[in-house]
Parts: sequence; C-alpha cells; structure tokens
Amino acid sequence: MTMVAQTPPDPVHSERLPAKTPTKRRGGIGRRERAAWGFLAPALIAIAIFFVIPVVSALLLSLTDFDIYALADLANLRFVGLQNYERLLSNPLFWTAMRNTAWFAVLGVPLTIAAALGAAVILNARTVKWRPIWRVMLFAPYVTTLVATAVVWRYLLHTRYGVINWGLDSIGLPAVDWLGQPESSIPAILMFVVWKTFGYNMLIFLAVLQTVPDELYEAARIDGAGRWKQFRHVTLPAIAPTVLLVSIITVAAFFQLFAEPYVMTQGGPAQSTVTVLYFMYEEGFKWWNLGSASAVAFILFLCILAVTLVQLWVSRRLAGSET
Amino acid sequence: MTRLKPSTVLLNLGVALISLLVLFPLAWMVSVSLMQTGEAAVFPPPLLPSSPTLEHYRDLFANQGMGRYLWNSVLLASLATILALSFSVPAGYAFAKLRFKGRDRLFQALVGILVIPAQIGTLPLFLLLKQMGLVNTYAGALVPWLASIFGIFLVRQYCLSIPDEMLEAARVDGATEGQIFRRVVLPALQPIIVTLGLFIFLGSWNDFLWPLIILTDQSNYTLPVALAALSREHVQDIEMMMAGAVITVAPVLILFLALQRYYIRGMLAGSVKG
Amino acid sequence: MDLTPHRRGALGLLAGGAAALSGCGRGEAGVTTLRFWAMGNEGTNVPQLIPEFERLNPGIRVEVQPLPWTAAHEKLLTAYAGDSLPDVGQIGNTWVSELTAIGALSPTPAAAADLLTNQFDAVLDTNRIGDRIMATPWYVDTRLIFYRTDLLAQAGYDAMPPTWAEWKQAMHAVKRVAPDGSYAILMPVNEFEQLLTFGLQTEEPLLAEDATRGNFSNPGFIAALAFYKSLFDEGLAPLASSTQISNTWTEFARGWFSFYFSGPWTIGDFNTRLPEDVQDDWATTGVPGPTGLGASAPGGSSLAVFNSSPHQDAAWRLVRYLSDPQVQVRFQEITGSLPARVSAWDVPALADDPYVQPFAGQLERARAVPKAPEWERIVTEMQIVAERMLRGEYTPETAAAEIDRRADRLLEKRRWMMERGRAV
Repeated sequence: MTMVAQTPPDPVHSERLPAKTPTKRRGGIGRRERAAWGFLAPALIAIAIFFVIPVVSALLLSLTDFDIYALADLANLRFVGLQNYERLLSNPLFWTAMRNTAWFAVLGVPLTIAAALGAAVILNARTVKWRPIWRVMLFAPYVTTLVATAVVWRYLLHTRYGVINWGLDSIGLPAVDWLGQPESSIPAILMFVVWKTFGYNMLIFLAVLQTVPDELYEAARIDGAGRWKQFRHVTLPAIAPTVLLVSIITVAAFFQLFAEPYVMTQGGPAQSTVTVLYFMYEEGFKWWNLGSASAVAFILFLCILAVTLVQLWVSRRLAGSET
Repeated sequence: MTRLKPSTVLLNLGVALISLLVLFPLAWMVSVSLMQTGEAAVFPPPLLPSSPTLEHYRDLFANQGMGRYLWNSVLLASLATILALSFSVPAGYAFAKLRFKGRDRLFQALVGILVIPAQIGTLPLFLLLKQMGLVNTYAGALVPWLASIFGIFLVRQYCLSIPDEMLEAARVDGATEGQIFRRVVLPALQPIIVTLGLFIFLGSWNDFLWPLIILTDQSNYTLPVALAALSREHVQDIEMMMAGAVITVAPVLILFLALQRYYIRGMLAGSVKG
Repeated sequence: MDLTPHRRGALGLLAGGAAALSGCGRGEAGVTTLRFWAMGNEGTNVPQLIPEFERLNPGIRVEVQPLPWTAAHEKLLTAYAGDSLPDVGQIGNTWVSELTAIGALSPTPAAAADLLTNQFDAVLDTNRIGDRIMATPWYVDTRLIFYRTDLLAQAGYDAMPPTWAEWKQAMHAVKRVAPDGSYAILMPVNEFEQLLTFGLQTEEPLLAEDATRGNFSNPGFIAALAFYKSLFDEGLAPLASSTQISNTWTEFARGWFSFYFSGPWTIGDFNTRLPEDVQDDWATTGVPGPTGLGASAPGGSSLAVFNSSPHQDAAWRLVRYLSDPQVQVRFQEITGSLPARVSAWDVPALADDPYVQPFAGQLERARAVPKAPEWERIVTEMQIVAERMLRGEYTPETAAAEIDRRADRLLEKRRWMMERGRAV
C-alpha cells in the first residue's frame, strides 16, 4: 500500500500508446470490464441489500398492520391497504408533528441562513486578521456530537439556573421557561440548532464570496457606494443563487430533526417538539407499530422528495440563466 | 508600519466577540465538568469552578462504564471508516475511470436514490438484521456504513481529475487492474481518502438514531447512546453530565482540528458543486 | 478496564464472524453468566446484593444493567424484537400482560410455586394473566402523599384531611403560608400516575367489555379529571414536566411545593438529600379520595424470567434469591423499596417506621389496573390528553371522550384478536 506509483506519467510513453496492437486493447477492455465489476460488486451488493431492499420493504410494510403481535406471530399480520395512511391523516398527533416540523423549518431556515450569511460577510472583510482561526472556531460546533451538545444546551436553557436566563435577567428581562412552555420550546431548540449548524452554511457562503473579484467592490466604491450598497449591489447578486440552493438543502435537513427533541424535551411540553422523525421513532420503536411507522417514513420521504424536486428545478433555472 | 484604522479594530473585536460567544457553550461545558457536585445549580450560575475537581470523570470511568462506551465508539467509528472506504473507494474509481456496459445509467440510478433519506429503510432494515441475527452486535451497527452512496460519489468526482495517461502507461507496462489500483490510483487518491475517512469517522461517532435502535445491550452502547441514557437517569447531576459531554465531544473535536484542512476542502467539493 | 473480551470480539468480526459479539453469556468454562436488567434506583443498587448470590451459587455470575425508567419499556420491546432480551428483567407490573401476549415470559414453574405465597393479593393479581402467574413480585409500591408537616401546621391543620375537597382547602391554606411564588403540590404533567390514582378511586373500571373498550367517560373519571384540572387552574400545582424540575428535594426543602405524589423510593431520597433543618418536618400519608381515603394503583416491579433465556434454572435461582424475605429486608434498607413478601414487613425497621406505615394502609386500598397489553399506551394517551386539557384545549368531559376515542382505536387489534381467540 505504501508503494508509490511505479510508472510516473510519461508523455513519450503514452504517446506511443495508440500504436499498440488493437487486439491487445480489445482483450484489455474485456479484462477491464471484469475488473470494473470486481471493484463495484461489494458496494453495489451492500447498497442493494442494506438500502434498496429495506426501502422497498418499507412501502410494503406501510400497507400492513405489522405490530408487536405480528412480531410475535406472523399469523397476526393483516394487509390493510391504505388504512395506515388514512389513520395518520386523521391522527391529531401526526398533524402536530407535521406542524411542528414545518415551524422548525419556517423559523429555522431564515435564522440559519441569516446567521451564516452575516458571519460569512464579516469574515470576508479584507481587514479581518487571522481569518482561518475564526473560521475554524465558528465552524467547530458543527462537528461536535449532537447528543452531547444537546445535553449542554439543556442546562444552558434551564429555567432557574441556566446561563441564558441569567443573561436575560442581567439586562432586565424576565426569565423564560424555555423548554417548559409550548410557546418557547421550538425557539429554544432552534437556538441550539442554529448555533450547531450555521457554520456549515457559513463555509459555503465564504467560499462563494471569495470568488467575487475585488475589482467589483473597487468599482462600486469609486461610484460612491457605501457598505450597505456594496452588499446589496455586489455581494447579494453574486451569492443569491447559492443562498437559494443552500436554503432548500437546509429545509430538507430540518425535516430530519430527531435527537434534539429526544435529548432535550422528549417531545414535550404538550408534544410541542414532536417532529415527524420523532413521531416515526415512537410509533416504530417505542410502540412497535411498524406498519404505521413505515407510513410516516413514506410521507416524510414524499416531503423531502418534493423539496428536492424544487431544488433541481431551481438549479436548472439558475444554470439556464447563467449561459 | 500602517496604522490600524478604528473601524478595523472594531471589526476585529466584533469577530473575536462572536467567536467567543459561539465557543462559550463548549467552554462552559468544560468548566462545569470540573465543578464540585451541585455547584452549578445556583443562581446566578457560576462560570468557573471554585476548586476544580476531576471527580466526575473518575466517577464516569469507575462507576458508569464510560471506558467501555469510549472503546465501543472508537472501535465502531474506526471499523466503519475502514469498511466504508474499502467499499466505496474502488467503486468510485470504477465509475470514474473504467469503461463498462451500463456505467452511466447505473451511476445515474445511484445519484437518483441518493435523494431517499436513509431513515425510511430503518424499520425493515431492523427486521432484516433480526433475521440475520445481527441485532445488538457491532456488525449490525456497522451495516449502514457499507452502503455509502455519497462516498462513491465523492471519490468518483475526485478520480475524474486523475489523467488517463497515467493509467494507460501502467497498463502498457503490463500491470493488472488490481495493481494499477493499488500502485497508481490509491496514492493519487490519498487526499480524498483522508477527507472521506474523516467524514465517515465523525459521522459514525456522532450517529445516534441507528445505534440507539440496534444496540440494545448497554455493554454495546456508543458514547452518544450512553450519554442520552445517562442524562435521563441523572438529570440532576449537571456536573457529571458535562464531564460525559466532554468525553464524547473531545475526541472528534481534536481530530477535526488536526485534519480541518481536509475536512473543509472535501466539504466544499461535495456541496458547492452538487 | 477489562478490554480483552472486546478485543477478541473485534478480531472475530474482522475475521468475518458475524455472530453476536457480546452478552452471549459464555466466559470461563462452567460458569453461567446471567444478564439482569433493572431500572432506576433498583438498577443502581441491586449490584450490592449480587456478591452474596454469587457466593451462594459459585457457578453463576450476574451482570446487572441499569436502564432509565423513561426508556425501559421501549428497550424491553426492542430487545424482544431483536432477540436480545436478558435472562432476567425487572418489569413494571403493568407490562405483564403485554409481555405475556407476545410470549416473552416464562410462567412460574411448579418448583417455584412457593415464591407466590406470602404476597400481597392485589399485587399478585396484577401478575396473573389467565390462570398463570407470569412474573414474581419483587418489591411493591404505590403512590401516596409526601407533605411538609410544618407548613401544614402553620396553615392550621394538624393532620392531613382525607377527602378531595378538604385537601384542596388545605392546599390553599398552605400556599398562603409558603414563600412567595410557591405552589402547593407537584404533579409533573408528563406523568400519568397522579391522574390515574384519582381515576382509580371511582366506582367503574376504566376499560369495559373484557378490556376491549375505553370507559373513561364514566361520571367518576370525569370528576377525577375535573379535580385534577382544578389543582392547576387554581394555582396549586405548577404546569411543569419532570424534565424541567432540576432537583425535587431542594425545591421541597425550600417550600416551593409542600405536597408531593410519590412512591417509597422518595423516603430514601428525602432522608439522604433533604437538608438537616427540614428533616423533622415531613411525613407520608394515604391519598385522599372523593369521599375518604382512596385507592391507588398497585405499582412496583416484578422479576421476569424471559423464555428466550437458555439459563432458565440459574435465572429462577436468582429470582428465588431476590424473593427471599431476608434479602428483601436488606434491599429495603439500601433502596427504600418495599418488600413484596408480607413477612418481610415484620422487621422493626419497617413495622416501626412512620414513613413506611402509611404505605401498608395504601397498599390494602390498592386496586388493579385493567389487564390489556395496550394499557401502557392507553395511559400514555390519557396523560397526553390530560396535559392538553390543563393547557385549555379540552374540558373534563371532552377530554374523557377523547381518551375513550383513542383507547378504542388502540384496542381495535385486541378486539380482532379476541374474536379469533388469540388473546386473553
């Protein structure tokens, strides 16, 4: 493995290549094709067994009432058609989960994007020193273990002894029962999520901002544009397509909140933080209604698929307008 | 020397302030983990320990089985990394550089199913692994990492930059495809292997939902699963929970800081293009 | 840390072995390793009893795994689904019918029939499914009221009143003398036990027709809902869930609340954690009912031997050891858990303990909960609806109807299985 390439690329050598006998090349292709399948086989087999088959089975499972009784004895399994879906659509908790998830996305996406964009624009200023250090510091929360930092934030948000309420108290604001009131539980978890994830989007924005040529800013300055005008007329147009795409990706990420409510609130108070994935987990692995849980998974999939299609459509439009 | 303009000083101070604010939760976690039992549960909350102690770390390792969870996490993340790399690197290479029938259609199909969130298959995968007797085993916890379409995708992108001449030259010299892969391709892929390895290691270390489901026995718990369970049992023991959080976060944070160049480069390659 | 078994496991995996890597109970030759899952306080403390058992049974080793109560039920079902149940487990009394329905439990063998004597009838009854006893009561508990004697006295009461109405008056009086911003009683809104207790104090059962239909809309339960709701509406109980209460004993000592609904484990907590100056100022007492001291659910845990265990004999030995009245007395000393064996209550430590005595009376008034496997889920739904009622979404009547609706839906499969004779 440690061996270095024995044959360095050698232009002279390669140029002679077309002159080689065609028969040998054809044999080589056959060998190469076999080799290609050899390289692919392990990954493809794994994907087929551990990904494709489970996903297809999930669809079938969602048409049955597979539950703990069926787990004990398959004779207790009934095919129920679309009944799981019907019941979900009339189950208030399912709609609560959908509504909560939508709230998370509606509030969380603009917050994350704004925080990321703000940080990126500030870091991109030419007069900022030690940029790589700040960049890593701001990104660090993203790589930390979600469960661990959620535990940390649960204490930061503590009603009586939490640092956040202490901060509010010291500027004269009343303490908030962050994780205890249905009205504040989503904003509380969002504070944590934004803190944890904005660094990722910030890095992407920063990379795009660095491709904006300095001359554009130079020209704007000469035209007498101030900071805000420079941002509106140079930065924003340059970064707008990326912001749009990143927003859509972030929406999809917000559909998959699970560990945050699991660790911080267990879905409470009053189910105000039950997300779709949390609901699926409880249906499936707490109560073992695998049929119904699979239906939830499929509805989740359809939502994410819809978001992805929008993303594809947008990126195609953007690509079209550029050329 | 140029004089610093006031606006520059302000800007730099602002950046430093924001960075400190962002790092505050992590610093607070470390600080509280060193406090005496009960010290953090007062108002106003203290920021620094009055007399630092390692008692909670000792307690976690001696009485709460933290050593075992740490070992499980290290083992699982390492095995996941090795397995995922050895599955996805050859496949990514084959998609980029080897011609075979149906290549493009197959690749498009893979990109297509990349849209499907992995959670959908969770329930049937559990039943499948139950049939195979892999529930509550390390092998069961590792299974999802074998099927890393994202890894294949990333490696393929990177492989496209390897010049074909390099491979042809080796073929002319009579090297078999296996030898070419080992001696020419792997060394050229070294940066992306480090990047992908880092992604997988961090991903596996931080993963929660799957190990929570598949590892039913405490002796197999990874750090996040154990920490979630401990934090339900010991809601009141803030200081001990913070020590647990430090043990869980520190390894990945250090690894990231050491290899951040690879991480950030790979991340941008993976996302901006897509 | 002993890492050798893991390292061996890792090598096995790398060699392509996909067998279960741990917990397969085979260590040194001739030694049986029993896996034993226990919850909460019991899980933390039962290891202290194990060395004695291992001394008496040289061929058996016991590995105790503590689980948090809030995750215990799902952990057991997941383990059942994944064929990785332990050999012996502590199970909540109300889970017996569910675990029986899926065939996870080994019924008491004839050789262990003597373990079922010298038990509380109501508790034993919750472990009986059909005509078999599926698990052995380990410790018993039920919830009653812990209260601050000094604050109640300051409010002008020398004893706890026995009816709902009088008790509520007393709570108002106590709230007036307690520090500002205080409440009278703590009832975490994510726990169903308090409401269930009030509900059991009424005439009718909570499920009807062989436990296949909800019966929450009976007048008694609606009255219980109304009483429960009024305690919150009148500012006597904080609208808080247990995840938010950082430290029950500190708050109890500060007088933030003066009545606390809890079980025997709290006696130990209060003894060790309450500050010196309030140690003489608390007591336990039976739960007031609508017209006099009322019922409560016979709680506690049983020891179950899972029928997937290959070590049935060793497992029953462990159950026998932990059921021994002497051992139960020791366990009571360590954990405060009340022994299931009646004769263990004769020791002076229990007979003369003023905190423990009210539990004996409360246990005699205990009333079994319906035995449907779905019960755990039904009470969970009951509390979800109840919490919403507290937050103003339902009145007691509409809440009761909603609970019935949810219960009927949960019981649909049970009705189907009953029709086909597949359930009891």
